[in-house]
Amino acid sequence: MIAAISPSLGHREKPEIEKHLRDLCSQTNKTKECWTIIKSELTRFNDTDYSAVTGVVIDLAIAKADQIHDELNRLFNGSTDDKLKYKYLSCSKNYNDANRNLVLVKRNFDSNDYRNIPVQIDDTIEELKSSILSVTPLSPFNPVSVIAPLVFVVGISMLKEAVEDWHRFLQDIKVNSRKVKVHIGNGLFMHKSWQSLLVGDIVKVTKNEYFPSDLLLLSSSYEDGLCYVETMNLDGETNLKPKRSLETTLRLDEDSEFIDFKATIHPPTRLQAPKHGVRIRCGDLHRTGYESGVRNSTRSPSKRSRVERKMDHVIYLLFGMMVLISLVSAVGSAYFTKSGSFKIWYLRFDDNVDDLFNPEDFMVSGLLQFVRALILYGYLIPISLYVSIEVVKVLQAMLINKDIAMYDESTGKSVEARTSNLNEELGQVEMILSDKTGTLTCNQMEFRKCSIEGISYGGEVTEVDLAASRRMNIDVERYRYSLDGSDSTGRSIEMFDLSTGDGSTEKDVLGMAGNSRISNARKESVVKGFNFRDGRLTDRMWIYRSNVSDMIMFFRVMGLCHTGIPVEENSKDKITYEAESPEEVAFLIAAQEFGFKFCQRTQSTMVLQELDPSSGLEVKREYKLLNLLEFSSSRKRMSVIVSDEDGEIFLFCKGADELADYGRTYQQATVLHLSNYAEDGLRTMVFAYKKIGVSEYEKWSSVFAKAKATIGPERDELLEDASEMIEKDLVLLGAVAVEDKLQKGVPECIDKLAQAGLKIWLLTGDKKETAVNIGFACSLLRHDMEQLHLCSIKESLSFQQMKDVKEEIMSQLQRYKQMMISDENRKDAPFALVVDGKALELSMSSYDVRNQFLSVAMNCDVVICCRVSPKQKALITRRVKEYSGKTILAIGDGANDVGMIQEADIGVGISGMEGMQILYFVYKNIAFGLTLFYYNIFTGFSGQDLYDDWYMVMFNVVLTSLPVISLGVLEQDVSSDICLKFPALYQEGQRNISFTWKRIIGWILNGILASLSVFTLNIYILTPSSFDENGHVADIEHIGTITYTSIIWTVNSQIALIISHFTWISHFLIWGSILCWYVFLYAYGLLPPAYSENVFHIFTDQIGPAPIYWIATLLVVVVSLFPHFLHVVIQRSFFPMDDHIIQEMKYSGTDVDDTPTWLREQEKSKQLTQVGYSARVDAKIRHLKEQLHRKRKSFYLSVTNSPIYKTVTRRDITTIHD
Amino acid sequence: MEMDGRGSRPAEIETDSVSLQQGRSKFLYQFTQKNLPACKPVLSPAWVISIFFVVGVIFIPVGIVSLHASQSVVEIVYRYDAECVPEPFRINKLAYIKDDSIPKNCSKSLKIPKHMKAPIYVYYQLDNYYQNHRRYVKSRNDHQLLHGLNYHDTSSCAPEDVNHGLPIVPCGLIAWSLFNDTYSFFRGIDELKVNRKNIAWKSDRDHKFGKQVYPFNFQNGTLIGGANLDPNIPLSDQEDLIVWMRTSALPTFRKLYGRIEEDLDADDTISVELLNNYNTYSFSGSKKLVLSTSSWLGGHNNFLGLAYISIGASFLFIALVFLLLHVNNPRPYGDTTNLSWNWKPMSG
Repeated sequence: MIAAISPSLGHREKPEIEKHLRDLCSQTNKTKECWTIIKSELTRFNDTDYSAVTGVVIDLAIAKADQIHDELNRLFNGSTDDKLKYKYLSCSKNYNDANRNLVLVKRNFDSNDYRNIPVQIDDTIEELKSSILSVTPLSPFNPVSVIAPLVFVVGISMLKEAVEDWHRFLQDIKVNSRKVKVHIGNGLFMHKSWQSLLVGDIVKVTKNEYFPSDLLLLSSSYEDGLCYVETMNLDGETNLKPKRSLETTLRLDEDSEFIDFKATIHPPTRLQAPKHGVRIRCGDLHRTGYESGVRNSTRSPSKRSRVERKMDHVIYLLFGMMVLISLVSAVGSAYFTKSGSFKIWYLRFDDNVDDLFNPEDFMVSGLLQFVRALILYGYLIPISLYVSIEVVKVLQAMLINKDIAMYDESTGKSVEARTSNLNEELGQVEMILSDKTGTLTCNQMEFRKCSIEGISYGGEVTEVDLAASRRMNIDVERYRYSLDGSDSTGRSIEMFDLSTGDGSTEKDVLGMAGNSRISNARKESVVKGFNFRDGRLTDRMWIYRSNVSDMIMFFRVMGLCHTGIPVEENSKDKITYEAESPEEVAFLIAAQEFGFKFCQRTQSTMVLQELDPSSGLEVKREYKLLNLLEFSSSRKRMSVIVSDEDGEIFLFCKGADELADYGRTYQQATVLHLSNYAEDGLRTMVFAYKKIGVSEYEKWSSVFAKAKATIGPERDELLEDASEMIEKDLVLLGAVAVEDKLQKGVPECIDKLAQAGLKIWLLTGDKKETAVNIGFACSLLRHDMEQLHLCSIKESLSFQQMKDVKEEIMSQLQRYKQMMISDENRKDAPFALVVDGKALELSMSSYDVRNQFLSVAMNCDVVICCRVSPKQKALITRRVKEYSGKTILAIGDGANDVGMIQEADIGVGISGMEGMQILYFVYKNIAFGLTLFYYNIFTGFSGQDLYDDWYMVMFNVVLTSLPVISLGVLEQDVSSDICLKFPALYQEGQRNISFTWKRIIGWILNGILASLSVFTLNIYILTPSSFDENGHVADIEHIGTITYTSIIWTVNSQIALIISHFTWISHFLIWGSILCWYVFLYAYGLLPPAYSENVFHIFTDQIGPAPIYWIATLLVVVVSLFPHFLHVVIQRSFFPMDDHIIQEMKYSGTDVDDTPTWLREQEKSKQLTQVGYSARVDAKIRHLKEQLHRKRKSFYLSVTNSPIYKTVTRRDITTIHD
Repeated sequence: MEMDGRGSRPAEIETDSVSLQQGRSKFLYQFTQKNLPACKPVLSPAWVISIFFVVGVIFIPVGIVSLHASQSVVEIVYRYDAECVPEPFRINKLAYIKDDSIPKNCSKSLKIPKHMKAPIYVYYQLDNYYQNHRRYVKSRNDHQLLHGLNYHDTSSCAPEDVNHGLPIVPCGLIAWSLFNDTYSFFRGIDELKVNRKNIAWKSDRDHKFGKQVYPFNFQNGTLIGGANLDPNIPLSDQEDLIVWMRTSALPTFRKLYGRIEEDLDADDTISVELLNNYNTYSFSGSKKLVLSTSSWLGGHNNFLGLAYISIGASFLFIALVFLLLHVNNPRPYGDTTNLSWNWKPMSG
């Protein structure tokens, strides 16, 4: 029998669950009730099954709805009134719908998104209530016309949620039904889905497979039971970690051996249990165990865009407005009723038949009037706003998904917008937090350069140098042309030349990094991981060099000093390797290319197939592996001690740059090469060796063996000392540089982002050196940057130590801050902050340190956090978001980034009129809703509506909502290629200029003006005299219809004024909406009078033939649009914004006719950034110019100081005097 | 073999895509890439000036024509509610109007200022009368008006729904408060005939008021509101009622009373004999008699024409201002000095 592994590691802490649930409850109306029920439920569902708890919340909501329904039931059944009963029936139907929806929601959300539900339920209940309210005599409208749009709105949002949930559900199923081979008895292994695994199952995992749970390694296909696992999805570390099986289970190699396999596991033993989500890289495994729990324990947060959050505030404002005018109406009505009692005989107030107009109890009637006014003026709240925005976002997400520019040809995958909620936020990102592996880099190492005995191989000139020199030439030329600018005829020709030249160089500069790498990769694709071109070394040419013996040593270090394993592949004679880190693999491949093929490793021997330079033959040599001194972070090196076939003992050592100190003559050259490599973003490693005498070795060996045999805390220290004893007096051989291959286009992308004013932080689980290297590789870091390091050396600290370190960090931070403030030349010395996980944890732990840390970090141009756990990633994201209040974009690919992504505001970029749709909705509903209020003033605040009920329904649902979609989906102020050319345009989005309170108020005022002009003009034009040739006067319906026509025209034309990018779709939607109104009016009038009531034949017989209808519409629309138009015109003419100018430039063909200007502006629009490829080029240029200047100066000095010069000038002066 | 198979596939796809390219797929592609052909108007100064100019140029003639139409209408308004109360009752007009025993007739002579071409529309105008009050507007039953006693549910008509246990046709406050002043006109001793037919909308007469529905139990209660109706005439022919039931939008309104189908010459004097029955005194409303001709644009209302002219004029003015500003201080089109990165350093 196989016993259970210790239970799940990732159990959620109880307080967290409770907090979550309390949040859940606080979102419902009856918080207290909800909480008590949930608490009792919690005891039932011990395993913290969220869906169950969610179910409870929904049940609560259903129960609440039932309660309301029952009350109404009682109320209406008691009544003998047929009409009331009819109303009740319609209301009850509505209730049933809502109830069904609730159940539907429950089902949909059972597995998933529990967060949204309570809100949803509450909405439903609110809507149900409001529907119920509306069908009572209080409502100014006919019941169907109230319920129809609600059903529509709720239906659409439910549909959207349901569809999105369905997709998530399918995804879950997909993950849960992944197959794994499981032992089913009798030595047979069968495929089983992940979800049906149980504790104690034996599973067999093959190379490169993910496995579903915590496992106990029983055996591997390697003889010594070794396997490597990758834990990237857990902690972001990409290096392979070796795991060993127990001696006793080592023999379990064949499937059949499991027939009678039984084991009992005692949990306290330290087990080599690879965790869930880990990928096996090597060999087959038989292992047991389930119930892992490294799930991401961060709570899935509510992701609402900033615009949406602001939208809520706008809605509150509108709500406030609505309450205010309702209050005015209620007071007005009560006063009118009171004072009109007995006087206004035709209204018969004193009969008290109508509670709404009861002069004796005007408090009650005032209150009822208030409620009625709320319903009437509900049109101020754009209910269809949410629906329209949903539709717009879904369409936007669709456009993002379909964008061919975001299509990856190599994988055939296009971008996938998982949620459409945050599209508009993409235009407002100010900070990017990025993962390294898989996001910036491909997790693939390439051998690029090496330096042997002070000679660098593999290319000298770096790309930055090239770009810098090219740019300088351009600058010089441009300078010359601008001087010649006065000569117009010559200028045009020269400019033309320049422009063609310029365009191509521009491409070169930006395309450089990517192109060169791609082209190299293509040529060298024969050998993966080896991107080294130097005729002096490759193709065995090194044997003709003078210092062959050192070369051989160099290559031997490369081939022997590692922990890798060769993996024989059937094809060809090449061997691939598995090793702890991809660097080692790169070294081994390189060694193989140079003719030192590492081909076998046993516990005590290593076999190297060497190229013998004297004979030119390949010889297999076996080395005895005497000792392996593993890498440690304090020594920063690893060594192997081997003895060759002649019995000579060597120590081969590779390590960090400090090793170079052992160099003799070529130390300086090597150090220079090292820094050059590092500047290029290459990861460097120094090779050294040493020959050890037998006696010396034996002496040391005993010390080392003793240290190794020690058990206890001092073991590490002893080992370290022993290692250091032998690792001295080394002979420097040289250095190698490998490249952590960047994803295609990363440097260019970072460059563009930096120019658009975005800050980039790098968060990675890798060690500091790797992170810094990558920082260099993608131009985040430069050598002239002021690098601030916050690191804690020790992994585990006692409480007192922690306190000390914290204080140290605090003082360090203060020093940095002081540096930043006091440093005047900040432009020339940008700051970069490098922080490691431990220091970060300490910095985040208390409030004052955290604030200090964040303020320093925000002032840095680049922040790199290394060795951070997923949890810390999420934590940083949250803290930064809280501290800066900025919109944050998180990028990552692995599961270790999930927390961070969840915490961040968003996940990728399109431009848009952020918030414009909302502003438009606010505008149109104010323009419409306020006319209702004005009219009420003229009806004694009685709550009479000016428009037919169905007009009102049509307003939000059909007649004005569609053009907004075209605004949200199709609008572009400038095209995407221009956006890329002028990254600075992006900053308009960051500043969020389209959705400031100033603009919101502006649009509200615009709405008020429009409503005023529509209402008053129509009233003045249409009353009191007749409005047609036949002497008919206009009644409520006529004035209502004509006013409504004006509103439809006004709000739809208004959107035409906002849009600057008309496709036929926008035309179709805008003018189609207006046409739709006439069609509707015509069709509605044709219905029998029982349905159309006063609208019967209104268009065909009554207002349609009257010329005044059409003339008035024209006037009203022009007047209502005038304020906004004037504002736009003034702004455009006198205070233009960047996109306006660029639109104009593009429109007038500047980009074609006057390319220099166009390019010059492009150049200028790039912000002076400290980060990115261009910035590096800039820095280089500065550096070169300085050198040039210095040279000139020295040249000048040397010339002027020379005696010849002096005599010449003196003679000149004298001749002049003559 | 394999190579062949692979080779043929792209060709297939290509031909397919070519045939599809013309239609839907091209549109979809353009749509999804946001590449649809689009018109991108940029508001250049020339555009601005010409828009204002063109609108101004269109508006002014429209305004002049409208104003002319309105001016061609002759309108006589005579307020009679105060004058028609005999001298002794002027202190307590309410008592006068409520006392049925006092005769309510009243006469007045009106001078025709200009030639009035037939048809001359006769209106009564009420001020401060809340026909648009919600309670009033809803106090009717359209089903009953069309189907008469066959339709029972008249709850919306309360309190004028039932009287003595029998339903009232037509029910509701609107019908109950029907206007009941009457006018007759004389030129010299000849009576000017007032045609009181076809004063309501045809659609109302034909489809909304029943041809077989007769007034029933109307004005039978303790409180008498306004006019009574002849129980022998079907509702579809009671045009006074039909006009009255079209509730007005504002507290000041006119309603068509009839048409005089003879021309009236300038300086003609006509006398109006009226019965001042309707009570507007209790709520200090006013009653006016209006005689008006009409134009193609309706009655006398200068507002529309004046509004057009003033808007047109101001647009022309704005066009001029912009023109001057543009000429004096032009902002070059697409001028790069206005770009934020060009002026930022100067300001800060």
